[in-house]
Formats: sequence, structure tokens, C-alpha cells
Amino acid sequence: MIWDWDYFWEALPIVVGDGLWITFQVTLLGSIVAYLLGMVLALLRRSRIRVVSTVTWAFIEFIRSTPLLVQLFFLFFVFPDFGLKFGPVTTGVIALGLHYSTYAAEVYRAGIEAVPVGQWEAATALSLPRARTWRAVILPQAIPRVLPALGNYTISMVKETPLLLTIGVTDIAGAAFQEASSTYRYVEPITIAGLLFLVLSYSASLLVRWLERRVGTLH
Amino acid sequence: MFDNLSLFVSTISRGLLLTVEATVGGILIATVLSFVFGLAMLSRSRTVRLVARIYVEIWRGTSEVVQLLWIYFVLPVLIGYRIVPLVAGIVVLGLNFGAYGAEIVRGAVQSVPKAQYEGAIALNLTPAQRMRRVILPQALVEMVPPFNNLFIQLLKGSALLTMITVHEMTYQAREVLIDRNIDQAWLIWTLVLLFYLVLAILITIGMRLLERWAARLVGRKPDERSIFSRRKKPVLAETVSAGGGPL
Repeated sequence: MIWDWDYFWEALPIVVGDGLWITFQVTLLGSIVAYLLGMVLALLRRSRIRVVSTVTWAFIEFIRSTPLLVQLFFLFFVFPDFGLKFGPVTTGVIALGLHYSTYAAEVYRAGIEAVPVGQWEAATALSLPRARTWRAVILPQAIPRVLPALGNYTISMVKETPLLLTIGVTDIAGAAFQEASSTYRYVEPITIAGLLFLVLSYSASLLVRWLERRVGTLH
Repeated sequence: MFDNLSLFVSTISRGLLLTVEATVGGILIATVLSFVFGLAMLSRSRTVRLVARIYVEIWRGTSEVVQLLWIYFVLPVLIGYRIVPLVAGIVVLGLNFGAYGAEIVRGAVQSVPKAQYEGAIALNLTPAQRMRRVILPQALVEMVPPFNNLFIQLLKGSALLTMITVHEMTYQAREVLIDRNIDQAWLIWTLVLLFYLVLAILITIGMRLLERWAARLVGRKPDERSIFSRRKKPVLAETVSAGGGPL
């Protein structure tokens, strides 16, 4: 018998127990980094200083066009040269956060541009200082509308956390692979990992769809 | 500092062909699957739609890494023989990105104005003629920019083939170069990143040419963007399907 239900039930708690928490943790922290850094990039991209906005644009395009795995290796091998001794989880969070911040920047940019010009003009007419215009007028209108799009990227991120197994982080896929390698039975653990990802991303997408209805995505 | 530069470049280049093969192979399979399943999702038959939906959700909802591990480690147990790593990799890239592509095709076909359907019906075209002569050519123009983004994602995804020992560029750097040149890690990885950047730019140029050709085909004026710039997708108008998340 190729498929062994007994082993399936034996492996399930191991994969879930070892991996799920790490996947959750990495995705959550990675998203926080991506959302914050993405906002910084979006604002720098809009800077009136030409050099700043061009450099930011080039950085965003570069990160978006190159593989996350290579970026992960870059950080993993180069951080120690600068005396930065991060653990693999921290390195993974930074890599994921950095990579997805460039996507988040694009989302924020679209959200900011979707705020009607009249809002800017009104802020000018009230002679609000620039910082206050951003904080009290533009961003409160832009951010809620971009939440579903950001949520989508978090779903993508969940599915990219298994990359971290290349630097020794045992997320769901890592835990499954470890279990499989120790017993030489690959079928059940890796299938479990696939099913878990399906459940995770499916339920997350339901959440995003709910969010989309709440905030009313604009077109 | 740059003593080993030529060694690094030549070693990474040895993986270039495999990266290109995997990417091109993946693109071919993904494109075929995108059209097959994209159109199947618009089928009148409920069963066909359901099958297409299941394909899309499974391949978008599970992680690419897990899919690779599954094809490489699990499938041989089930079918009895081992698959060449490169082939396994190309199949996974094709199946995974085909699922995303199917949504692109579906969306583009649906975005063709309804009047075009009505016109085709009024002219007494058969459903096949209607799709091939009227709808698809117009949908094609809309598809090219999102496919550009998709193919770049696929190129990036090809780096994961390292994990199933395909000797492509990332593998060359990780398994051949890095251990003996750990002090120059930054240079090695920067070079690898630049290789990928160049490939991504080549994909964009190719797709821009394709877009202009497709636009001319339906008598539209190609827009004036530079040949290097890819169109960003409208991130806010995203409709999420289950398993989803955009690329």
C-alpha cells in the first residue's frame, strides 16, 4: 500500500506542531515589515527630489525582477560580513519583508493616486502643512482601500515561506520534509504540507474577500 | 577584490542555459495551460468549469516549493520511477503559473465588450469562429501586459529548482561557488541578481514587441510607452479567487 492512513495521522500533528507556528510567525512579521517599508518606499517614490524618486524606482524594479530565493541567500551570506548575526528566522523575515515591500509600495502608490485631486486642493486651501495633509487627509482615505490588495500579498507570502527551509527554518514545508527525510516516507508528510497550504490560503482568501466587501474596492 | 570576477561570471554562466531552458519550457507549458483552462472556466458546461476551477485552486493554493517536493519526492513513489529534475521543474513551473495565467485569459476574454459577441452572432459566425476571429484577437492585447508580469514571476520561480538539484544559476552560486569564496559572497550574489535582472528585462522587451504586434493585429495604435517599461497591473481592481493572492 502506497498511501498509509495510519502514518498520515501520525505525521499530521508533527508537521502542524513543528511548522504551522513558524509559518504564521514569519508571515505575520514579514507582512508588518513589508507594509511599513512599502509605505516608506511609496513616499520616497513620490519625493520631489528627482534623485530620490529615481533611485527608489530603480530599487523597486530591481527587487521585483529578481528571485526572492537569491535575495534570501544574499542576506544570509552577507549579513555576517557586516557583523550582523541574525538567526535564520530573522533573516527570512527581513528578506520576505523587503521583497514584498516593493509590491506593497506599488499598492500604496495606486491607493494614493486614487484619492481625488479635490482632497489635495482642499488641504491646500485650508493651508494645512504638508505633513498634516498626508497624515490627516490623504492616508486615512488611501489606506483602507488598499487593505484587500495588501492582504493578497500576505497570501502570496504564506506560500513563499517554504523558501526559508533552504536556510534551515522549519516552516510547514520544512517540518514535512524533515519528517519525510527521517522516516524515508515522503508521500504522506509532503501531501500534508500541500493540504495545509491549500487550507491556509483558501481561508485567508475568504478573509480578504470579506475585507474587500467591507471597504469597497474601487476600480 | 574583483580577482575572481571572471571565475564567478563563468561559473554562473554555466547555469544560464538551464535557467533559460526551465524558464522557456515553463512559459510554453504555462501558456498552453492558461488558454486551455482559462477558456474552460468560461465554458457553458458546469463540469468543465468545475474541473478548470479545481485545477486553478489546487495549483495556486499550494506553495511552489511544496509542489516541487511533491513531484520530485512523492510522485516517483506513486508511479514507480524517478523524473529528471529539470523535467520535474519545468512541469511544476508550467502547472503552477498556468493556473495564474488561466485567470488572466479568463479576465481578458471577459473584458471584451459584449457588443463584439453580439456583432459576431449577428454575422452568423460559429462559436469557434467567434472566439478565434473576433474575441481572442482583442483579448490578446489585454493579456500581454499581465503575462509579462507572470513570466517574470516564472523566471524568478525557476531559482527554486535549486532545491531539486537542477544545476541552474542559483545552484551554481550556492553549491559550487559560495563555500570556497565565502568572503566574497556579496559579489557572487550580486552577480546572480544581475543575471536575473537582465533576463527579466529581455522578457519585458519580448513582451512589449508582442504587445505592439497584437495591437496592430486588431488595428489599434500601440501605446507610446518605452519598450523597456512594463505596465503595472491595476492592483486595486484585483478580484481575489480562493487560494489566490496575485503574483
